[in-house]
Amino acid sequence: MTTSSPHLSTPNSVSRLMLHVGYALIPGIATYAWLFGAGVLVHILLASVTAMTAEALVLMLRRRPMASTLADGSAILSAVLLALAIPPLAPWWITVLGAGFAILFGKQLYGGIGYNPFNPAMLGYAMLLISFPLEMTRWPAAHSLLTQAPSLSDSVSLIFASGVSMDAISAATPLDTLKTQLALGVGIDATRTGAETGKLFGQIAGVGWEAINIAFLLGGLYLLLTRRIAWQIPLAMLGSLALLATLFHLLDPQQYASPLLHLFGGAAMLGAFFIATDPVSACTTPRGRILFGIGIGVITYAIRNWGGYPDGIAFAVLLMNMTAPTIDYFTQPRVFGGGKP
Amino acid sequence: MSHETTKTWAFPGGLHLDDHKSISNTHHVTRAELPRQLVLPLSQHIGNAAIACVAVGDPVLKGQRIAKGDGYVSAPVHAPTSGTVTAIDEQPVPHPSGLHAPCITIRVDGKEEWIEHSGCEDYRTLDASELRNKIREAGIVGLGGAGFPSYIKLNPGTSAVETLVLNGAECEPYITCDDMLMRERAGEIIQGMRIMQHALQARHCLIGIEDNKIEAFAALREALAENDDIQLVRIPTRYPAGGEKQLIYTLTGKQVPSHGLPLDIGVVCHNVGTAAAIYRAIVHGEPLLSRIITLTGSGIPQPRNLDVLFGTAMCELLEQVHAKAGDIGKLIMGGPMMGFEITDSHAPVIKTSNCLLAEHRRDLVQPPAAMPCIRCGDCATVCPALLLPQQLFWYAQAREFDRVQDYHLFDCIECGCCSYVCPSHIPLVQYYRFAKTEIWQQERDKQKSDAARQRHEFRLERLEREKQEKKQRHARKAEALKPAGADKGDIKNDPKKAAIMAALERAQQKKQQSHIQPKNVDHLTEAQQREIDEVNARRAAAHKQDQEPSS
Ligand code: SF4
Ligand code: SF4
Repeated sequence: MTTSSPHLSTPNSVSRLMLHVGYALIPGIATYAWLFGAGVLVHILLASVTAMTAEALVLMLRRRPMASTLADGSAILSAVLLALAIPPLAPWWITVLGAGFAILFGKQLYGGIGYNPFNPAMLGYAMLLISFPLEMTRWPAAHSLLTQAPSLSDSVSLIFASGVSMDAISAATPLDTLKTQLALGVGIDATRTGAETGKLFGQIAGVGWEAINIAFLLGGLYLLLTRRIAWQIPLAMLGSLALLATLFHLLDPQQYASPLLHLFGGAAMLGAFFIATDPVSACTTPRGRILFGIGIGVITYAIRNWGGYPDGIAFAVLLMNMTAPTIDYFTQPRVFGGGKP
Repeated sequence: MSHETTKTWAFPGGLHLDDHKSISNTHHVTRAELPRQLVLPLSQHIGNAAIACVAVGDPVLKGQRIAKGDGYVSAPVHAPTSGTVTAIDEQPVPHPSGLHAPCITIRVDGKEEWIEHSGCEDYRTLDASELRNKIREAGIVGLGGAGFPSYIKLNPGTSAVETLVLNGAECEPYITCDDMLMRERAGEIIQGMRIMQHALQARHCLIGIEDNKIEAFAALREALAENDDIQLVRIPTRYPAGGEKQLIYTLTGKQVPSHGLPLDIGVVCHNVGTAAAIYRAIVHGEPLLSRIITLTGSGIPQPRNLDVLFGTAMCELLEQVHAKAGDIGKLIMGGPMMGFEITDSHAPVIKTSNCLLAEHRRDLVQPPAAMPCIRCGDCATVCPALLLPQQLFWYAQAREFDRVQDYHLFDCIECGCCSYVCPSHIPLVQYYRFAKTEIWQQERDKQKSDAARQRHEFRLERLEREKQEKKQRHARKAEALKPAGADKGDIKNDPKKAAIMAALERAQQKKQQSHIQPKNVDHLTEAQQREIDEVNARRAAAHKQDQEPSS
């Protein structure tokens, strides 16, 4: 068989890309497990197994080659990202449902990898958040706030034995608390120093959360420096988030949290480097990516401040996913020779 | 004016590739052995194939023209050495299609007997059109790989040529023939450039060389006299820096318009090899008979550059560098990024053969299977034409050829950067070639069908005219035979006949009414109009057939 030029290609591949994204997640996951207990690891495992099973099932039904597609690692990556968004002590079926939904409805329904208009992990997350708001918002407190962090066996029994009361260890997240307190008319300073609520806030963005965000930031920088993700999306997203937060914070520091809290709280870094950058569902033109990132930053800020959910990244990403094809269409670069660059 | 300038413009996209050049550029260029026979394709250039002007059995001398150019875009072919014409027939040629093509075969007599030829001492005594004629007669085509007849690019018409650019970038990995030429024949290149400058009356002269060719740069600088107006420019090593549009931008900061020519921005660009060939043609009166070709790759034990007569079989050259036919897994003419695979190594070296890249069997890797596009956009990042390769791929795959053209398919220079970086290993360029060929084919089909339709309409018109004439003849005859007063009276008096007439008339009217006028026919696209025309033509033909037997 003759082949056509070029007769060279990179050793790069989709599976390698996914593998490196996986590596880049390790510091974040490790910090997470250390601060919030090993539950997250159980969920990652659960989600991965579910995702792989679901993917294999569909491929079998569609009579598609299984090995190469399963090996590309995209299903596992979606599963891991979803698991990271689920409270670490949520019951097992939450994760199984979410991961199954993400693969079946977020990906394979559209024809598999490359064809899905939405980020599968975020679609799964959004479905869970809407359907099971109670389970999805019960976060344990970081272990430094507890007398004892849940051990692996504690986590496992909590995850699998539904009905066990979690009240002893659960707490609202900092973003959540802030939202409730602001709604009650308590200013930010009072919330941060309050006897009950103040414990949650660490140096900048909440005990535990700031450390996790820094760890994800490190992983993200690794991906940026090795050019595995495009710089436009994370930069535009974090930039617009920071800009808005600064602006409003300066206007009214009691009503609007500081930009640091926005950047290092919640899922900001995970979202910026690992979720918004999912190539399949993001914009692909350079200018389009900037708009896409800005869109996510702005929507996230809006949801966090004025929306119905404490963190808005998932919805921001999904909303921008919808606009991606249109943005791409209108931001085509001008062809070389088609005028001044 | 100094010979050097550091100001360059960075073209978009592109790749840093391992250059693999040191494999083949450490030996001097040597002449290849004289083969026993030469096979010369009539088409070694872009444009019409040349027309053979010798017959089987004719003796030929070195430099003798054996095929003449056919029309404006064509180039003659000359006998690279003396011998006898033994065949004029179809032979394997180096072409991506792998098809055979008409060739002249010469049995070499080994005497290397030249035809009478003479050069011109001072090219300044010749005017531009005389120079162009000589260059045309010498069969010179662009030696960079495209093979466009050179004399055409030396004819600016009424446009003023601001800048003459020589392409010494040679950006593809492995290839070193231009590098070696610049090192060893720098003087010829410079003289050739002066001749071109004279023909074009170009104001500035620039030579662009990638900065990984230090020796070539030094050689050219040495060959340039003091106070010369030719500028050497070191350009960053980045593929495809040697693409014509990319090089011109790098050197001048001007972009060749999307559907235009360099001349539109006052630039003319030639390859360094072409310059050297022009020097030999003008100053020594020698037509283009040979070129330097790089033999390299893991399948070749002694990689080097050889000066090879056109028509030499590739397999013979490979033998000269001790390559074993059985070891070679893949033979590519050109570089790894834009070259194409040679399936029959008996194919001859032609004017555009710059490199033979032979990969050893053991290095042959199965290209990884293509996976779905993940829209990572890496392809767009590296595209020097600033296209969106993944969209092009999408629409080419869906055969939506209008959309492919909306996404500027024809601005794609097929550099292969996008395919190279694609993590899903999609053979993108292959899809673009497919789409281009399909579009060209449709264009040709359309022209053909247009012509056919016209012929058909002419025929219908003629038939109609003949019928009318026949009718008139009949009518005249009937008129002449009719007895006076025998007209309408009959019908009026016969009610039966009158009823029949009335029925006929009604039927006629009905038929006319059934010629419904179509609605919504304003603002039709060309394609729709064409379709309608075709339907109408068909309908008219059918109608005619209906009526024919009754007439
Ligand atoms: S590089 Fe390949 S996978 Fe990435 S967008 Fe381009 S075609 Fe798709
Ligand atoms: S082959 Fe065409 S589309 Fe691909 S990078 Fe080169 S110019 Fe762009």
